[in-house]
Amino acid sequence: MRVALFATCLVDAMSPGVGKATVEVLERLGCTVEFPMGQTCCGQMHTNTGYPDQAAPMVAGFQEAFADHEYIVAPSGSCVASVKHQHEWIAAGQLTDRHVTEARRLADRTYELSQFIVDVLGVTDVGAFYPHRVTYHPACHATRMLGVGDRPLQLLRAVRGLELVELPEATSCCGFGGTFSFKNADVSSAMLTDKIHHVLSTAAESCVAVDASCLLHIGGGLSRNRTGVTTVHLAEVLAATEAP
Amino acid sequence: MSTTDQPAGKAEITQWPRATNTGHLHGDYFPRAARVALADPQLRRNIGNATTIIREKRGSVVAELDDWAELRAAGAAIKDATMADLGDHLERLETEVAARGGVVHWAADADEANRIVIEIARRAEARDVVKVKSMATQEIGLNEALAEAGISAWETDLAELIVQLGDDMPSHILVPAIHRNRSEIRDIFRREMGNVGVPAPDGLTDDPPALAEAARIHLRNRFLTTDMAISGANFGVAETGTVMVVESEGNGRMCLTLPRVLVTVMGIEKLIPTWRDLEVYLQLLPRSSTGERMNPYTTMWTGVTQGDGPEEFHLVLLDNGRSTILADPEGRPALRCIRCSACLNVCPVYERTGGHAYGSIYPGPIGAVLSPQLTGVADNPSLPFASTLCGACYEVCPVAIDIPTMLVSLRAKVAADPDSGDARERAVFRSAAWAMSRPQRWTRLLRLMRLGRFLARRGSFRNLPPPFNGWTATRDLPAPPDQSFRDWWTAQRDGGGDA
Ligand code: SF4
Repeated sequence: MRVALFATCLVDAMSPGVGKATVEVLERLGCTVEFPMGQTCCGQMHTNTGYPDQAAPMVAGFQEAFADHEYIVAPSGSCVASVKHQHEWIAAGQLTDRHVTEARRLADRTYELSQFIVDVLGVTDVGAFYPHRVTYHPACHATRMLGVGDRPLQLLRAVRGLELVELPEATSCCGFGGTFSFKNADVSSAMLTDKIHHVLSTAAESCVAVDASCLLHIGGGLSRNRTGVTTVHLAEVLAATEAP
Repeated sequence: MSTTDQPAGKAEITQWPRATNTGHLHGDYFPRAARVALADPQLRRNIGNATTIIREKRGSVVAELDDWAELRAAGAAIKDATMADLGDHLERLETEVAARGGVVHWAADADEANRIVIEIARRAEARDVVKVKSMATQEIGLNEALAEAGISAWETDLAELIVQLGDDMPSHILVPAIHRNRSEIRDIFRREMGNVGVPAPDGLTDDPPALAEAARIHLRNRFLTTDMAISGANFGVAETGTVMVVESEGNGRMCLTLPRVLVTVMGIEKLIPTWRDLEVYLQLLPRSSTGERMNPYTTMWTGVTQGDGPEEFHLVLLDNGRSTILADPEGRPALRCIRCSACLNVCPVYERTGGHAYGSIYPGPIGAVLSPQLTGVADNPSLPFASTLCGACYEVCPVAIDIPTMLVSLRAKVAADPDSGDARERAVFRSAAWAMSRPQRWTRLLRLMRLGRFLARRGSFRNLPPPFNGWTATRDLPAPPDQSFRDWWTAQRDGGGDA
């Protein structure tokens, strides 16, 4: 199966390891992964900060880059949610009718990684080995806008060696919210403090999520507090295998 | 993106009402007000405890119904259909109320509504009025307007009484005194009750039944001696001109039945066409608000009835910005709101800041979309940003208001507003958009970002200049990697993409 990887700007710029891991898992599952070089960003940061006009060229760029692809897969719940729920609105307000139609067409073809693996490929055991105690933070957009449900957990439970500990108050937001973390830094930090408190209470070595952005935030707090607890993207857990 | 302001004094967040005609709908700059609230551990504890309890109760009673999703869809659809023909339905309501001996008044804004109520009170020669808990009258600042006219308004809802005696402001739609714990309430009762009427019993404890009894004794005489009552309305049924209040304590019913004159201030969006429609909302509302299957008291009245209840009934239909919302397809869903407050109870921002930080009497997620729309974004530019867009509000809303999507659209309105938009921020975002919308520019930017690695210490940034200082005050930011994903891909796959 041919799969186009939408790496997302954050993974491209800050967490290339997540992109590499996504490629590795998809190839292991028999996909032919392509990376359309025309891609940049879904425009979510601009849209959510009040600049849909500025996001419009990014939406158009996304459509150009992925026009010919049947399956578009991204290791991010919130970027996929933006493609599925915001691109049409931006196209309607800022671009042409053709872009609106295209936004709908591509929305149907875009998948968050865990949804793609479980629903399209029909796999829950990806053959990973990850001998660590981890806890899982259900990222808000993946949970509430995409409805990924327990798919990431199904995948994690099938990983050999992995010990999964339930995160208390798991579905409460970590406080990132894109530019919210700057504009309302105090509230954002108060939310993060509670999230970190819960992560630490599990005595996990790492906190897993399906979004690099939430992990950047939670990881930033874990690192500042010198907790020694790390963050790891679901793709990275799934990519890990027993040493050859 | 100013995150460097000095913490504000409490005075700054309690400065409303401002002298405008919209009443209590104006927020202060949310990040600053939130910082004041966050510094109060008692407040956070009180709100955290209360919202956790209500959240759990709501969760369990909602889970009991197999058809919750259908009810929710019906709740949204009925309101949407009503809004589409609101003018006609309102005229029907007016006709029916008048036919049954009530008087209907139309108020374009808060000032006009207040003037109407004061005029009615003067004609009734009322020096005191008792009040049923109502958001609409809080919205228009009625108590303050009455006080200026020499009329004393007495709140009879327990939580509103606590707020009024404490010279405070409501901080929650349903539980206005949610920011107070019971020992604070005992102190307020002991200190204030005697100044305005029957004092608190000697040796009052902070036991909830004792506090309720103290309130009962304090209020009893008011119910018996006051000639005029003022209420809001949860619903107004157009087909019969019936108005309805849903409550838990029964104090509302006392106000609605004992006094001679009854005035109801009702937002025009509270209207529903028929009694059948009520079936849906009377299931959605109690389960979403108090987490009960049914609320203890539902009082409804239709005009006036000789020898039974008030002799005079006035219905004040309040616009105060609602017709502006009605005209905006993106904003219109906000008018579905039945003020259940479920969205407040699940909101991680509200849970940590409480209601006062929002300034407007409508706090939390619904406040963040309703207040700026009622006042215009220029008067409430920071509220649409007081959310992480986590979506918890939309998930629980019994009338399926997609608050996160509305917030995003309101943010665009703020940014585009010449008075509220931040020109510097727009310029920064424009440059970012320029670089991020073309792959060649983006690739070059990523390579440039690598230089940042030289400024990082042990792989991360701990102290960045504004506007990034808001992040690094409490969080590390990792340094950019030495190779972006796309550079890795190109190197590994030898240009395997389709650039
Ligand atoms: S927006 Fe929805 S959840 Fe919030 S108060 Fe209104 S009806 Fe209730």
